[in-house]
Amino acid sequence: MCDDIVVVLADSAQAESGIAQAEHACELGQRWFFDVPAAELPTCTIAAQPATTADGIEHAAQLLFKSRYPLIYGMRHASCETQQAATSLADWLGACIDTPTSLHHGPWGVSFQGVGEVTSSLGEVANRGDLLIFWGVDPVTTHPRHFERYSVEPKGMFVPRGRADRTLVVVDIEPTPTADAADLFLQVTPGRDFEALWTLRALIAGHQPDADQVLADTGLSRDVWQDLVDRMKQARFGVMFFGTGLALTRGRHLNTEALLAVVRDMNAHTRFVAKSMRGSGNVAGADNVLAWRTGYAFAVNLAHGYPRFNPGEYTANEILTRGEADAVLLVGCDMDEDLTPAARQDLASVPHIVIGHRPTAEAASATVAFQTSVPGIHTGGTAYRMDEIPLPLRPAVASTLPSQLEILAAIERRVRELQAAGDAAS
Amino acid sequence: MSSSLTKIAGGTVYDPTNGVDGQVRDIWIDGAKIVSAPTDPSVRPARTIDARGMVVMPGGIDMHCHIAGPKVNVARRMRPEEKREAAPVVRTRTTHSGTMGSVPSTFATGYKYAGMGYTTAFDAAIPPLAARHVHAEFADTPCLDKGFYVVVGNNHYLMQAIRDQEPERVRAFLGWVLSATKGFAPKMVNPGGVEVWKQQQAGNVSGLDSVVEHFDVTPRQIIRGITQAAHEIGLPHPVHLHCNNLGMPGNWSTTLETMKTLSEFGGHLTHIQFHSYGGSDGDESTFGSEVAQLAAYVNAHPNLTVDVGQVLFGPTTSMTGDGPLGYYLSNVYGTKWFSAEIEMEAGCGIAPIEYKQKSVINALQWAIGLEWYLLVEDPWRVVMSTDHPNGGSFLAYPQIIRLLMDRTYRRDVMKTLPPQVRERSSLWDLEREYTLAEICIITRSGPARILGLNHKGHLAPGADADVTVYTPDANVQTMFELPRFVIHAGRVIAEQGDLREPGFGKTLHVAPQYDRDVESDIARWFETYNSIRFRNYPVGEEYLAEHEVVACRRT
Ligand SMILES: [Zn+2]
Repeated sequence: MCDDIVVVLADSAQAESGIAQAEHACELGQRWFFDVPAAELPTCTIAAQPATTADGIEHAAQLLFKSRYPLIYGMRHASCETQQAATSLADWLGACIDTPTSLHHGPWGVSFQGVGEVTSSLGEVANRGDLLIFWGVDPVTTHPRHFERYSVEPKGMFVPRGRADRTLVVVDIEPTPTADAADLFLQVTPGRDFEALWTLRALIAGHQPDADQVLADTGLSRDVWQDLVDRMKQARFGVMFFGTGLALTRGRHLNTEALLAVVRDMNAHTRFVAKSMRGSGNVAGADNVLAWRTGYAFAVNLAHGYPRFNPGEYTANEILTRGEADAVLLVGCDMDEDLTPAARQDLASVPHIVIGHRPTAEAASATVAFQTSVPGIHTGGTAYRMDEIPLPLRPAVASTLPSQLEILAAIERRVRELQAAGDAAS
Repeated sequence: MSSSLTKIAGGTVYDPTNGVDGQVRDIWIDGAKIVSAPTDPSVRPARTIDARGMVVMPGGIDMHCHIAGPKVNVARRMRPEEKREAAPVVRTRTTHSGTMGSVPSTFATGYKYAGMGYTTAFDAAIPPLAARHVHAEFADTPCLDKGFYVVVGNNHYLMQAIRDQEPERVRAFLGWVLSATKGFAPKMVNPGGVEVWKQQQAGNVSGLDSVVEHFDVTPRQIIRGITQAAHEIGLPHPVHLHCNNLGMPGNWSTTLETMKTLSEFGGHLTHIQFHSYGGSDGDESTFGSEVAQLAAYVNAHPNLTVDVGQVLFGPTTSMTGDGPLGYYLSNVYGTKWFSAEIEMEAGCGIAPIEYKQKSVINALQWAIGLEWYLLVEDPWRVVMSTDHPNGGSFLAYPQIIRLLMDRTYRRDVMKTLPPQVRERSSLWDLEREYTLAEICIITRSGPARILGLNHKGHLAPGADADVTVYTPDANVQTMFELPRFVIHAGRVIAEQGDLREPGFGKTLHVAPQYDRDVESDIARWFETYNSIRFRNYPVGEEYLAEHEVVACRRT
């Protein structure tokens, strides 16, 4: 997430979004600013038929109130304030609440609980990082402004010449655009990240693992890894960037745990930090909101009247594919990215409510769908950058559509009324 | 004639600020404030709380705890294993659920403080860049008036201005950063040491005159520069200091030097227990208490105050802005370790730890904390804290009260500890027992005065209507664990452990005047080195719900 975008507003209806230009925005950002929903879509639908927002809220609240296993999921494209409201609703309902962390960075979240993490804000990387290792991530493609703003190019306090003061290493299973920019590219055998990282741990500790074994396990010779370890120990402030390339392949949380352990080990020799590369939206914000309200960052079940945590059991895609939920509320969800094909398919057979700002196929199949304004374009609030720095969203243009937060707050109010009435009746 | 008034009738009142020491009085409340008794005898209160035979005190004030912010939240995420052991907070129709362990979730934190009779708390270490996060967490932390201290002791701009001997820039930056973050007080955490940690493996400063490379300043210069500026601004709580060398054997001499530097202007030394150790590094047999001479220095210098940072036995989580300390502790305990450097301003370290009764060192830490309470003669200058959760949970306060009020109990606990504790601390020989009035001072009236909160910590008309009513018990721990009534901002929020009408409380912050011309200089520096834009740094009013600007002292 970039906080230096300058939005130039359109004079008239020349642009559908009301925005003429988004300066500094990368290609992904451009799409975000200009791919806003068409105005003529209905604000609310019930069973694909246009409805008033009030009716939609009543219908949604009744559905959730009567549900025995409600699931609230998403919140990628949502402000922290919306995430707070969603978590509050989940608590009153005794629902499961989960975020895309469970599908993407969950293994990191689990390994972090095992070993901790040595990390920093991105500005520390920009000012101090003299050895940057990108492990299984390709920011040139996925985070187009990362090099320019945070990592490779900035002229920092302790790296005054910028790129010239930094060594850039890429470890990946195939050449990538990021690898093309590297001083050193190490191509490891697919699915062998854990072995590669464990080899590094051994070498950092001064052990000499069997050379043939290392080559067979990782696809690279021990000397290559030893050379990397030498560079790591010579660095003043090393950084290891990682992401779903480790978390979603063979080994999963063991891979990220190995990387976090390597970085920790390196702090016995010099300063070293690990930086996870989060994807788009405000999933890092959702981790934080869920954590402060429940103690857990994702995969939270509130059915017993208090929070319980169990990835795999209380994670949304698994709940859906096992057919457990009888009502689903999706908030600010990216249907393609946040749901597995199997879960998407199973969602169709469960009553579900969609609160979002993009017209989607899923919203058409929804029991109730709300078309909302867009966080960060029409409405303010807070979003977290990938390094967990909270930034204010500054709305650029007005919208006639209700916000996600307004819809959620109205549903929450109604659910609590229904609960109070239910208590009084019983 | 009926009214909107609440009357707390016939209680035995402790209000040391106003010289009330256990006299039977009525307390009248209107809205969120204490008021005078109505002069018209026909005026009847809307509600009367029968407090006959009970003890009435102002609501408790925790002036140093870690209850919000990124490091607290990371600790919550990092320690699921604790939550399985600890009884959770269960949802009701009007209150949210939560998890416990050493780092409770936000709602649980507010409810547990309230249940114990505390109505105000200050988070002690927030990097300015995380201020927005803290305000958002505060909005989800009920039952408490809240504020936070802004870490400035390793801030690049300040270190440069101090090096360049430009006190007006130090003053302006301090005013600006407190206003921008809506914080309450400046906090120094291991001044200079965190920056050295960022620069080198296991880096730290060793004493007050170690030079911080690249910035060419010493901890002594940082402490002096910031303290002077804070006093010139007239901040209600000018400076809150976590000294260098926390936890290190022999650190008492650094602490004494720090006291000498601080006493030029005055200030508050926090979790002083962790800074009062004799002995030498690497030789456990020399570890011992040096409280006597440090407390003597405090006794002789009325402008110095301390909170204790009491250690309790059991597992907890260490969390600190002192990055090198986190590294040290994680190596001592061999546990998981979290560390995060925040650009231009701060660091952070988190590690699970355990204080063991059988450990000579841990038992001495426990004794050293109690020595501090008993050796500072003026209770107005020593404050109860566990540095929650670093020394233990805030939920241990009633137990600490018993240790202070009951010499027999204190000695009974000591008998279960290694014999070295009696040899290397003076605790066994200390006869002093706290009175209820003194407990009231170290848990509410004293911290209110030290924080410059004129409307808290007492029960005179005009004060905030934060009142706790206790049922006396032979065991004071029982008495303080379960108050009969807890009133916050005029509303009964808890009765005998059950939550009633929990509000969210207000945010207490300062808005000092500062030289606006310096802002452009700050902006230039900021845009050169920070990874976020200058305009996105200040926290807007929209992040505050109910709040109150606490006035600066007249300078
Ligand atoms: Zn502290």
